[in-house]
Amino acid sequence: MSDIHTTVDAKGLSCPMPIVKTAQAVKNVPAGELIEVLATDPGSVKDFAAWTRSTGNAIVEQTEDEGVYRFVIKRA
Amino acid sequence: MATETTAPEATADQSAEEQLTEAIAAATGDTGAPAQRQLVIINWSGEFDKVMPTLIMGSVAAASGYKTSVFLTFWGLLPFVKDTRRITGENWMQKMLSFMQRPGISHLKMSKMNFMGMGPWMIGQLSKQYNVASPQELLEACQLMGVEFLPCQMTMDMFGLKREDMIDGLGEPVGAATVLELMTEDHTGSLFI
Repeated sequence: MSDIHTTVDAKGLSCPMPIVKTAQAVKNVPAGELIEVLATDPGSVKDFAAWTRSTGNAIVEQTEDEGVYRFVIKRA
Repeated sequence: MATETTAPEATADQSAEEQLTEAIAAATGDTGAPAQRQLVIINWSGEFDKVMPTLIMGSVAAASGYKTSVFLTFWGLLPFVKDTRRITGENWMQKMLSFMQRPGISHLKMSKMNFMGMGPWMIGQLSKQYNVASPQELLEACQLMGVEFLPCQMTMDMFGLKREDMIDGLGEPVGAATVLELMTEDHTGSLFI
């Protein structure tokens, strides 16, 4: 597994900021690299699935630990 | 490991897809450009609870790779006047209107339960408590993500607003025909808020 290139800490933020911050961070990540997103918004589970379908990026790992959702996204 | 083995496959898929797109384009006489999804929002209302969905949908659409345009018309133009402008317009009626409805993104009222500013204050407190982004933050995000804001020329004239009254980064003022053309393009969703 490759290393995480960038981590987006969106803990505590409400919709739409986890998506907006991730989209901004992704711009500076080379294709194929991994972005880790940490969020506490329960809506982010469906939102990141939709966002990756729209943008062509892929969720390669998804976990939840004590209310913190962690997504590892591979940059398209 | 897994990522390394899937990477060449993904590239192969992509080139096959590109070839197919080219073949379809050649057969149909299409331009060959991939379908660009688009969101067009007519921002008409100008109140806090209406500007918020405009800015949220706009920023997320741009973040999701949609070409995003927001037409600023009638009351919906006023939040996009610079915050520092207090009285705008040339004649007494225009000045009176800006006095009654202070323009700028930091001076939004509620469409209901305004109660002389009590409503917006309470919503502001709740937004902070629940970490909801402010209209200012969302507007900044929209502009960073490349949302195109198009002021309505007719509204600018009627309210006596000049380009220098408006915030930086807005597109050229346009009219209904321009917006209609955008709204009826393929792969386009449109909202009237």
